[in-house]
Amino acid sequence: MIEIEAIRHRVETNTILHELSLNLGEGRIGIIGANGSGKSTFARLLNGLILPSAGRVRVHGHDTRAAGDVVRALVGFVFQNPDHQIVYPIVEEDVGFGLRNAGLRGDALSCAVTEALESFGLTEKRNQPAHLLSGGEKQLLALAGILALAPRVVVLDEPTALLDLRNRRKIARILADLPQQVVLVTHDLDMLDGFDRVLVFDSGRIVADDTPARAIAHYIRLMEA
Amino acid sequence: MLGIYRHGTSPLHRARPGVKLAGLALMAIALFLPASPAGIVAVGLGAAFVTVAGYGIAGIPSRIAIAQIRPALWILGMIFLFHAIMGDALTGALIVARFILLIALAALVTLTTRVSDMIATIEAGLQPLRRFVDPGRIAMCLVLTIRFVPVLANEAHALQEAQAARGGKRTGPSAFIRLAVPLILRGLRLSETVAEALHARGFGRNESFPESAQTRRGHAKPGLAQPDSEIDPQTEAHRDP
Repeated sequence: MIEIEAIRHRVETNTILHELSLNLGEGRIGIIGANGSGKSTFARLLNGLILPSAGRVRVHGHDTRAAGDVVRALVGFVFQNPDHQIVYPIVEEDVGFGLRNAGLRGDALSCAVTEALESFGLTEKRNQPAHLLSGGEKQLLALAGILALAPRVVVLDEPTALLDLRNRRKIARILADLPQQVVLVTHDLDMLDGFDRVLVFDSGRIVADDTPARAIAHYIRLMEA
Repeated sequence: MLGIYRHGTSPLHRARPGVKLAGLALMAIALFLPASPAGIVAVGLGAAFVTVAGYGIAGIPSRIAIAQIRPALWILGMIFLFHAIMGDALTGALIVARFILLIALAALVTLTTRVSDMIATIEAGLQPLRRFVDPGRIAMCLVLTIRFVPVLANEAHALQEAQAARGGKRTGPSAFIRLAVPLILRGLRLSETVAEALHARGFGRNESFPESAQTRRGHAKPGLAQPDSEIDPQTEAHRDP
């Protein structure tokens, strides 16, 4: 459960997010909205990458302000461009990065890396340079690096924006099968099939909070206005 | 180091990075210690044997070995040319030959050593200096430098193409400046995102998000992140080695 209590967010004199209060408890939550509507800022608030100017965010009872490290261990974050998230030059080393930060060493680390690579079909690529992977493989690697840490919530900020249709579908299937709570920021409305709840952002406010069908209809009307 | 590691199980692959680095340092000293041409040739022949044997043991094809030296050939050519013009071609040839051997040996170390192992060794080596520098941060700087060279090279290529598509020249001082300025700006933006990614993936636990990035993104005031007051036992157990 993610509890958002009366948060506001400003950058200097610009209000990025107006006051918001809501709970996110559903398994699959989508976030859509125009560019600059506050979606990505909202997503970053959920794992404490950004702290709100006012109000608080709590993940499974942990405040992002008071217990940022705990929250970041609970909430995995996948960025739009995997090249910005992949830290080590070799595939298996990168999957191991977060695990080492979490304290894993030796055989436990090696087993966790192997398991993560197998889960994402990257076993054959484990010793390859990350920069030679395709865009889809890089995004899978980014996901593997996050999910290897077994977070309880996965927040994804437009993870399919740079991918072709095949890879978008692959990511959608992976997300559908995840046991974790998923919060997905996207412009790809097809990705929201089967989601429990969709929030529509506009100018820093949530203007619709509904089932995917109704929220998407609202979003389309908003874009056509 | 730029992702040229080649997976293998040879004794060289299995050797500890510290041993390989020490061996490389000894070879460098040995190569540049002799003063007489005869001594240089003798040591050079020995080093050449070690180099060829090393590549053979590691199972690295000759084309890969040659590819490691090729980028340095132009500067080595300049060194030789300078000496030849100054009337001492023999010294120039001996210097170039020693540099070629040294580059080949250094490449052999990187071809057979994972970056993570190399970084761990450097981090361990810096531990005696931890009162003055943070070995973890130094090691991370090296990792990021290695990792993001190809990423920035791609950015530069994309910028060049975009400029060429709009009639811009690809060569000359003005083309260089037109490329350098946006590339630096992209690099700075990239550094912010990478810092976020590092933070999101647990690097620098118990630290607040970097002050500069927080301010630019309009984060709450830096330093607000407090030490964990209520640690989830499950999470804490996960962290332990």
